[in-house]
Amino acid sequence: MKLLAPLVAVFALAALALGGAAAGQYYLLGVVIPYVAFALFLFGFSYKIYGWAKTPVPFNIPTTCGQQKALPWIKGNELEAPSSTLGVLGRMALEVLVFRSLFRNTKANLEPGPDLSYESDKSLWLFGLLFHWSFLLIFLRHYRFFLEPVPFFVGFLEKFDGLLQITLPTFYLTDALILLGISALFARRVISPKMRYISLAADYFPLMLIGAIALSGMGMRYLHKVDIALVKTHIQGLITFHPEAHVIGATFYVHLLLVSALAAYFPFSKLMHMGGVFFSPTRNLANDSRVNRHINPWNPQIKIRTYADYEADFKDKMKSAGIPLDAD
Amino acid sequence: MSKFVAKPAELAEAIASQASLLTGETPQTNWMETPAEFKPGNYCYSAKPEALNGLGLPHAREWDPAEADWKLPEDWMQRLHVGMKERLGKNRAFKLFMEICVRCGACADKCHFFLGTGDPKNMPVMRAELMRSIYRGEFTVAGKLLGQLGGARKFTEEVVKEWFMYYYQCTECRRCSVFCPYGIDTAEITMMARELLHLIGVNINWVLKPASDCNRTGNHLNLEPHAFVSALESICEDLEDITGIAIEPPINKKGAEVLFITPSADAFAVPGMYTMMGYLLLFKHIGLDYTISTYASEGGNFGLFTSSDVMKKLNGKMYHEAERLGVKWILGGECGHMWRVVHQYMSTMNGPAPFLEVPKNPITGTLFEHAKETKMVHIAEFTADLIHHHKLKLDPSRNDHRNVTFHDSCNTSRGMGLIEEPRYILNQVVNNFHEMPEDTIREKTFCCGSGSGLNTEEYMDIRMRGGFPRAAAARWAKKTHGSDLLAAICAIDRVALTASMNYWVPGMEVSGLHELVGNALIMDGEKNRDIDLREDDLERPTLGPMAEEED
Repeated sequence: MKLLAPLVAVFALAALALGGAAAGQYYLLGVVIPYVAFALFLFGFSYKIYGWAKTPVPFNIPTTCGQQKALPWIKGNELEAPSSTLGVLGRMALEVLVFRSLFRNTKANLEPGPDLSYESDKSLWLFGLLFHWSFLLIFLRHYRFFLEPVPFFVGFLEKFDGLLQITLPTFYLTDALILLGISALFARRVISPKMRYISLAADYFPLMLIGAIALSGMGMRYLHKVDIALVKTHIQGLITFHPEAHVIGATFYVHLLLVSALAAYFPFSKLMHMGGVFFSPTRNLANDSRVNRHINPWNPQIKIRTYADYEADFKDKMKSAGIPLDAD
Repeated sequence: MSKFVAKPAELAEAIASQASLLTGETPQTNWMETPAEFKPGNYCYSAKPEALNGLGLPHAREWDPAEADWKLPEDWMQRLHVGMKERLGKNRAFKLFMEICVRCGACADKCHFFLGTGDPKNMPVMRAELMRSIYRGEFTVAGKLLGQLGGARKFTEEVVKEWFMYYYQCTECRRCSVFCPYGIDTAEITMMARELLHLIGVNINWVLKPASDCNRTGNHLNLEPHAFVSALESICEDLEDITGIAIEPPINKKGAEVLFITPSADAFAVPGMYTMMGYLLLFKHIGLDYTISTYASEGGNFGLFTSSDVMKKLNGKMYHEAERLGVKWILGGECGHMWRVVHQYMSTMNGPAPFLEVPKNPITGTLFEHAKETKMVHIAEFTADLIHHHKLKLDPSRNDHRNVTFHDSCNTSRGMGLIEEPRYILNQVVNNFHEMPEDTIREKTFCCGSGSGLNTEEYMDIRMRGGFPRAAAARWAKKTHGSDLLAAICAIDRVALTASMNYWVPGMEVSGLHELVGNALIMDGEKNRDIDLREDDLERPTLGPMAEEED
């Protein structure tokens, strides 16, 4: 069920697009749904970010993964236990750009004895990195459709991405890598008993959806070619708020509907880890809580048991034990 | 041997022969359909009404986790819902960690309890899902609409029981958060869960009694002032027998330069008292003007394992007493969770402390700028500074009868970054020091298995299982390097590791860092040192008059 439901959902979305295109619902598929989805994305994303931003961080709780900066002659590890904002920026950059924490990953093995051994396990790091970076580069390549004139980096990316030149049109490396990444991430969820046990439908759905988006996009590029110029005209119309319905190949509408589904789903799902990672207090705070006072906006008034209360209770015992008293 | 755990060979066999997710076997039932089962050894006794009343916590009553009826308040669900909503609005970490996990599984095999039990709900991701599934059902539209398919589930008494079991089967050690790509920290979720459970009177005695006692008497061990002083006196008598040095620690002395606060276990129990001897020798050695307080006689803070309010209440005594005594700054002893509180919470909760000064080592002149806000310095930082400036006369050969390995405590490594200071000291005070395997030390250190207030007899089965990863690493050090002493800078470790080493690695003793410092210190006027602080024979007795020669 956890696997079947998301699979059915993705197929249903694709079928909906094909059916819609066959029925000539180009305005609905090409204009209404993308607008609604984009609005949901913007609203949902901002709402989530706002929700996190307005929630206080009561305590300074970085997870230190290296030596603190304390004594001047012991070198602190600025990237693993940052003492300054610069260090925090470095730590966050490593986390966001190259998945520092996943790079650390180990696999524990229960050995006879029993005993435990640990080995480095970089597979999740590698496939995660392949997937996310390919996705980003592919997204950036799409600026060819979003902007006129085409931004400078697009040509550069295309050239780099198409380095292999094995097909016509030029095959993009990122197309292969994103499929490899997704397949591997999907496979480990299905194959590893641990992963299968913890996975929810909400873990399979985005993988399947993004996989289908990639496949439909590649379909358009390599197999059922669509009129690229018309696609660009259509997208430009949407972006400039002069939307028009266009008759473009059905694959395009499948692609667009799946992308719309992803955009609408994004803010209400685990995909918000994209925004959330920047807010994580165990990573984005400096390990400086003995140097600077971290303020908790709701710091409650708590009545402590004062020394006077204590002495009043134990006065006689303290006196006979020779402990000095304030009362004397 | 405890009746709450099988014999070591039997438990070893049970772990080795298990068929679980740890060994690649899929459990029979989905986790949502697997209820918590309470058996002797796998749960802590419920908190006594006195303990709850002592702290002003609600719904005090007698109840037993092993019985079906937990006598929950009728509106338990409402209380938990409201409590959760309040905390989601007050704590970004909690809200974020409910929403952004992708279940990548990187944390799954990082938890010592999962490695020791194979129980799927001990995978940190799963432990968090126990709460997230309720969060989705109570607070998200998708969860309400999709139910189980959306990762949500019904809020039932079974869930409360499961929370009690698994949020008291987490030691808040934060090892999982090192490996999480978003830094999701299960300790934060466990803390919230424990706070929520207090709202309906579901809690354990071994956390609440010490917290309540600490509030009343100043320490977890419930030592009233005279008893605390006589415990110190008896340590000093032993210390004089061993070294010939007479020490009278100044108690509640106004106008001292430094207030020294350490876990009360160092004043009372073996082997912590040997660490206390080390502190006392050190202070005598350098002529420190210090005092020990009976009112603030606890470094540890079981409030950390209770709620942020109780944590603040207990921690408040430190500054309160420092101000009353008129000291300049505070020196803190060896303790793990104490330092999580002092380093990450104290100044936020109870600061600022303008009546104190930026700590300055009176012997070396070092200004401890890294503690200029809290005005509290860790003893390992202090001693490392002394050694670095050649202010201590040390003879590391007095520890030659020992082969030492070092256990980083969870809180000082992952909640502070105090990693090299103790190693620097060890290298100066012992000649035989070897590390345990790389994946089990520093920021990747394993919990002793009994942290966060779970160090209780009736929980022995789970404690020995949770202590297994650390024990396996210690056993490796014993086999590979001949290590026979596990040094730690944590009072809970000193007690908990003693139990788990006796169980898993016979022949491995446990000590504090400053016990070894104390052994190595060459004291003016000492007698022949032919035994160490725990009265074991030295390899080569050293002659006392050595100090006189130097004079």
